[in-house]
Formats: sequence, C-alpha cells, structure tokens
Amino acid sequence: MRNTSKRLLPGFGLTMGFSLLYLSLLVLIPLSAVFLKAATLSWDQFWQTVLNPRVLASFRLTFLTSLGAAAVNAVFGLLVAWVLVRYRFPGRRFLDGLIDIPFALPTAVAGIALTTLYADSGWIGALFAPLGIKLAYTPIGITIALVFIGLPFVVRTVQPVLQELDHSFEEASACLGASRTRTLWKVVLPELLPALLTGFALAFARGLGEYGSVVFISGNMPMKTEIAPLLIMTKLEQFDYAGATAIAAVLLVLSFLLLFVINGLQRRANRVQRQA
Amino acid sequence: MASIALGPAAESRETPAHLNEPAWVRVLLIGLAVLFLTLILLVPLAAVFAEAFKKGAAVYLQSLTSKDALAAIRLTLAVAAIAVPLNVLFGVSAAWAVTKFRFRGKQLFLTLTDLPFAVSPVIAGLVFILLFGSRGWLGPFLAEHDLKIVFALPGIVLSTLFVTFPFVARELIPLMEAQGKDEEEAAVSLGAGGWRVFFRVTLPGIKWGLLYGIILCNARAMGEFGAVSVVSGHIRGRTNTLPLHVEILYNEYQFAAAFAAASLLVLLALVTLAVKSFVEWRHRRHADALAARERQGALREEAAWR
Amino acid sequence: MEVRVDQLSKAYGGFHAVEDVSFRIGSGKLAGLLGPSGSGKTTILRMLAGLEQPSSGDVYFDGRRMNDVRPQQRGIGFVFQNYALFRHMTVADNIAFGLAVQRKSRTDIRRKVEELLELTGLAGLGSRLPHQLSGGQRQRVAFARALAPEPGLLLLDEPFAAIDAKIRKELRAWLKETIGRLGITSLFVTHDQEEAVEVADEIVILHRGRLEQHGTPEAIYREPQSPFVAGFIGESTIVPDASSLRGFEEEAEHHQGLIRPEYVELFKTNRPPAVRSAAEEGVVRRQFFRGSFWEVEVEAAGAQLTVHRPLEQEPLEPGEPVHVLIHRVYLFRGGTGRMAENRRKTDPMPVYL
Repeated sequence: MRNTSKRLLPGFGLTMGFSLLYLSLLVLIPLSAVFLKAATLSWDQFWQTVLNPRVLASFRLTFLTSLGAAAVNAVFGLLVAWVLVRYRFPGRRFLDGLIDIPFALPTAVAGIALTTLYADSGWIGALFAPLGIKLAYTPIGITIALVFIGLPFVVRTVQPVLQELDHSFEEASACLGASRTRTLWKVVLPELLPALLTGFALAFARGLGEYGSVVFISGNMPMKTEIAPLLIMTKLEQFDYAGATAIAAVLLVLSFLLLFVINGLQRRANRVQRQA
Repeated sequence: MASIALGPAAESRETPAHLNEPAWVRVLLIGLAVLFLTLILLVPLAAVFAEAFKKGAAVYLQSLTSKDALAAIRLTLAVAAIAVPLNVLFGVSAAWAVTKFRFRGKQLFLTLTDLPFAVSPVIAGLVFILLFGSRGWLGPFLAEHDLKIVFALPGIVLSTLFVTFPFVARELIPLMEAQGKDEEEAAVSLGAGGWRVFFRVTLPGIKWGLLYGIILCNARAMGEFGAVSVVSGHIRGRTNTLPLHVEILYNEYQFAAAFAAASLLVLLALVTLAVKSFVEWRHRRHADALAARERQGALREEAAWR
Repeated sequence: MEVRVDQLSKAYGGFHAVEDVSFRIGSGKLAGLLGPSGSGKTTILRMLAGLEQPSSGDVYFDGRRMNDVRPQQRGIGFVFQNYALFRHMTVADNIAFGLAVQRKSRTDIRRKVEELLELTGLAGLGSRLPHQLSGGQRQRVAFARALAPEPGLLLLDEPFAAIDAKIRKELRAWLKETIGRLGITSLFVTHDQEEAVEVADEIVILHRGRLEQHGTPEAIYREPQSPFVAGFIGESTIVPDASSLRGFEEEAEHHQGLIRPEYVELFKTNRPPAVRSAAEEGVVRRQFFRGSFWEVEVEAAGAQLTVHRPLEQEPLEPGEPVHVLIHRVYLFRGGTGRMAENRRKTDPMPVYL
C-alpha cells in the first residue's frame, strides 16, 4: 500500500468487515460447497458423469447455442449501438430505454413469451412453419432465447465507448484520403473491438448459465434440446446430488475462466484508452 | 459490470456529412436495428399482454385474484421485502469501503462481488441444496431441530439474496468513485461523525443512483426464476413465487392465466426501466448544467481579452 | 499551394463562429491563425479541410473553388490537436495509412515511411504503438502521417498545446525549420501570441469570428490596427486620451494611445532628462528582476505603465518619484493607427532662446 498515512474517514473496519462477512456467508462458502462436494467424488465417478453421452450432448448444445447467440449479438448489438449513438430518428430514445428489458424482465416471462411467439402457431413461428423451418423446440429456439438474454450486454458495453470515441480519428482518416467504408473498417471497428469482445464474452457467459428463458422454448428433449443447467435440475430432482455437482463444477470453471478473460480484456482496453 | 452503470448519453451535435454514411445506408441500418429490436424485444412484450387478455378482462382479473395467485404475490413481496434491504445494506457498506479507502486486494474484492453474475442461477440454487437439503451437509442437523430451509421461505430468500446481491453495490461503486472523497474529508475535518457524514454529505449525492440500484435489485428479486425454482419445491400456495406460479400455469396449459400473472412482472420491468430513464435524465441534466457553467466560464475568459 | 478565403462565414444556429473573413496565404508560406478561444480560428481551419461546411463564402486552393470538394479529395494534411493517432496501429502503420489509401506498392510505402521517420527524428521507433511514445514524439508521428501523402497544404490545430513547456520551444523551432525546408504551404492555429510570432511568416489575427489584422509579425507589432491587436501582441498599456500626455498635447483629442515598454524611459530625480518639460512626473510602484533587465511598473499621467530598465542603470526603489519620458505613442482612430513622437522632446525652441 502506498498510502500509509492515517485514514481520515471513519467506518473502514465496520463496512469492510460487514461486506466480507456477508460475501463469505452468502457467496463464498456456498460456492465452495460445490467444489468440496465435487472433491468427494472419485475421478471415475466424476468422469463417468461428465462424459456420459447425454451430459456431453447437453454441454455441446449449451456451448454452441451460447456461442451462436453471442455471435448474433456481437453483430446486431454493434449495429444497434451504432444506430442509437450515431443516428437521430423518431423513437430512438424509446428504443434506447428498451434495450435493458432483458435485465429487468423475469426470465420465465421472457421464456413463455418467446415460446408462444416462435412456436409453429405463434405470430412469428407461423411465418416460418410453411417453409418447413421449426424455431421453437429446436436449437434455433434456444439461440433466440439466448439472443434476447445477451443483447444488453453487447449494446451497453459498446455504446459508451462509441459515445466517447473522438470524431478526430474519423476526421484524420478522411483527411488522409480514406473512404467512409475504409474508415469504419480500419479505424472505427478496431477502436470498438475491445468493448465488442467484452460484450461478446459477457453475453456468452450469461448464455452458458441461462435457465429460465430457455427451458420453455427448448423442448428439453434429451440428447437434442436439453441444456446443461436443466440437466443439473433433473439430477437434483432425482436426488443425484453428486451428478448435479459434477456438471455444475464444469459450468462454474468455464464461467470463472470467462470472467478472468473479461477482466483481462477490460484492463487492456483501459490501458490503451488512457493515452491521449 | 458496465451494463448496470448509468450510461453517459450526452447528445452530440448533428453529425457532419464527412462523418456520415449515405442516406440510404443510414435508413437501411436504422431499419435493420429497429426490425431486430422489434422482433426480439417489443413483440414478446406485446405478446404477453395479447395472450393475457385473449379470453377477456374477466378471465384476466379472475386469474390474478385466484387463491394461488394471491399467495404467490404475497410470497414474492415477502421475499423482496427481506432480500432487498439486506442487499442495500451490503451494497452501501461495500461501496463505502471500496471507494473511500485504499486497501490491498480491492480488485479481488470487486471480482468476488461480481461472481454471482457469472454463476448460473441453477447453480445458485444447487449450492443451498448441497448445504441445507435433506441429504446436504447440514440436512440431518436441521431435521433434528425441525428447521426447514430448503423447500421453504428461508431457502427462497437465500437463493434470491445470492442472485441479486451485486446489483446495489455495482450501481453505487462507479457513482461514488466519480464523486471522490473530498467532501466527506472536509466534513470530517469540521468535526462531523461517520453517520452524519454519510447521511448529510454522501447520501444526497448518490440517492438517485441508489434508488435505481434498489429498484433493479427489487425487480430481479421478484423475478428470479432459476435459483428459486431449485430450492422452492413448487408447493402450491406455500412456496410458489410469482415466476414459479407462471411456470406451473403454463405447463398446465392455462395460458391466459399464466400470461396474466406474467403481465404483472412485465409491468414491474417497465416501471424499473422508467425509473432508470428518469435517473439517467436527472444525471444528464446535472451534467448539462455543469457544462453550461463551464461554457459561461469560457465566455467570461474570452470577455477578459477585450 | 496558394490558399484564398473569400467572405467566409459560419453560423451554428444563432451563433456566428466566423463572420465575413477574407485572406490569402501565398504558396509556401507558414501562416498562423491567432486569437483567443472562441475567436473562430479552429472553425476556419476545419472549413479549409472540408471538415466543416461554410454557411457562406468560398475557399480556393490555387484559384480552384473547394467548397464542394470532400476532405478526402482536397489534398491536405491535418494535424489534430490531440494528434488522433490510430491507437491500435504502430507508428509505421499510422504513417503508411494515407499511402495505403493511395494504393502505393508495398516497397514504395516502406521507403516513404522510412524517409519520414528519418525526417521526423523517429528512426527506429516505427514498430512502437502510440501509447509507448512521449508527447513530443506523438506530435512528430502526427506530423509525419499528415505529410506522407504529400499534401499541397498542411493544417495544424494547436500543434503545441498538449506538449510540456520545456520541449515546446524546441519543437517549434524544429517545425518551422522542417516546414521551411519542405516548402509546403502551412496554416496553424494557436492562441499563444508568442508562439505565433516565433513560428509564423505571417499572422492572421481573429477576434469574435472576425479578422482583425493580417500581416507579418513585425508589421503587426509595429502597426497594430486595433486596440485588440495591440493588446494581443506584445506588452502594452492603453490610455484613453493620448492628448492628455505631455508632449502629445497637439494630437487630436480622444484618440486612444498605446504605450509599449520600449517607448518609455525613466529618469531618477537627480538626473532629469535633457528636456524636463517633455517628461511626466511618476512614482515607482513595483519592480521585478527579469534577468537581463528590470521590469518597472510606474504610475504616471493617471495610468500604470510598464517599463524595461537596463541593469546598468542605477536601480530604483518602490515609492521613489521619477521622471517618465514617453518617447512615442501609437495612436488609434477607427480601424487605423499611426505612431506619434513626443513633440516637446524634439521641440527646437529652447535652442533659440
């Protein structure tokens, strides 16, 4: 610590003590329970659970749909952020406020609403059904739900960066003779890339653990449309604590890795951005 | 996480031509964005109300006033009434510790605070089953003393606390970071005590951010589904919160009733966003006033040249 | 390239940032746009670059009207105040950006980049990223990047504003010399009169969006055309009515008079000037040691005058009464001015008596 002088403001002991106690009791101790429980499994038990074809299929599905949804969000989230920051049009403020709906709306509500819409008889599903394309109860439906859940993460990380982006970068590029397309591609996009990657990673991480919005639209067919969090649920209902814990441990490790990556990304972006 | 911070939304001047795309590109991009947001966000909201009123207002009201629905609403309110104040307490005290002092491991502390964001809600429920479930570590002890945590109110509250606990802290930390600690230090040097400093100096500056943090935390507490679903046991009239009630009705093909209950949660979400917009509007106005004052300063400076 | 601006105006809503400004900068000249903040100087620079559209008036490069030409096609180099270096590109890639746009061959680009790195004293730093450079180095990169496509006109917005005072002086001299060597027509914006005087061949002084005066630094210093210009360039005191001063009674009444430190001489009471009646009586208020001279503030004729007094002369004390001989005063009336000499000092009458 650089600052060794006496603390002027009061309350450090009280607030830090309470915060740490609360954090430990509520989050750290319960979370370590997962790993302690997982540690009581033998290697064989653990791998048998995790490498079970049904579990593997659920991991594959969860991973791929989350990745797909995060990719869709990276593209459309960037588009939405760009349109909201750079263009003026009627209803812009309204749309801007709406972006946070997935944060505020209970996931179960999103789940049943999306299912009703994208089912074959729903407003949107009915448009695709005649073409032989099923949306709900397929991996596509799961991806749609995860796009809904992940959208604000991308928009809300890219938006402030875009807002703060100095016009002089684009002007410098124009003065050097670059076309608008070249400027967007070579100058603006690289400036936004760290934020875009962070948003992508956040949306991806959120998708891996998402449950409420997905269980309704997924159809929950083993091997086909069963996501990993649902499998934890199923194992718990069968009182297979060990199995549930093994799957949870894998998901947790994956989430923590992502959290680590996200922190790294943000720190790097901050470092580069700090220079004038 | 960036998502919950109040985004700076300062209006920029009209974009000059060389920084802009051709009109048809602009129209195309705006059209695409609006179409996407409509399909993904707007239509689902509209669908909730359309389905809720499909069988008329009478059925709608009836579904909301049924015995089970009322019990679910009561339970949801009770859970929020316990969970939100506790998380506010944590949020304020964590924000105070983090923003007013320097200490080793601050970054680690912040990362740990963010943990629940990265944990699947199902796992948030699972941890409490592992601890307090009938086959969990404390299960036998609890059974002996006839204490019920899982499949009862305490379990629901605990898992809700876990899921919603970073929201207030995450809202306050950037706000208090930006405000610095000069004013508090000045107050202390004038002889004010800690509580007095907090209520008289700190609180007035953060009250709107705190309000939004509370509202968001409340919305998530009332709407939490995955974690609560694991620990509640779905006992109708006893341990069903509103989101669980929605699920049960939906799975029983009582769509109108399910969407009626869901519509309440949609309203809750809309109110939450309205408060957010209001708080952001206040921040913007505040920032504009500051900018105007600065502009006036520049004018005075310029006048001094004459 | 010769630059001509004709009755240029720019309004934002009701605010006139630039109003009816006309000037011409000859080919190869280095000109400074000088004015306080809010004087419209940056707006003019941006209109020259095509980054801002004039509300009315025209911009000509070599006689060709440029108003409707996009910035990409104007053949200009622009150095931004914050440099606007592309943060994710190396120094070499930054410099090569404008060349790549022109679809130059890879070997040509590499040769040109090396040449510019050499010219700007950045040899060996080509693979660095902007945030690994010092402020002065970043400015040189911005300069090299703007020069790479061989523009006919170089525009610099407050090029030294973000640089430490220490290095600033050195960079100014370097920039002036380099631009002179390249012979490229250049305009830079500054609010610092010392910088403008030191660097520019000619200065355009702006105030509240209007052109106050355009000329060489020397001409502007010697013959300011308005009290604003006089006050902006060099140190001076303005007296409201010059005819109230001794030796200037015959000048027409109610002309403002500008008095610079070098116009005034101080005499101790025991060593009065040759023509005593030509001097005002004054009192020393304050005195500052300035290294090679004393800066003395005296109160005389109802005004505070600043005077530079050589070190070899006898020092003065605050509160000491002195004779204040005002050799000359610069008189204003309307938009013109002229120099007036102290008539009593040269009055031949005493010789005849």
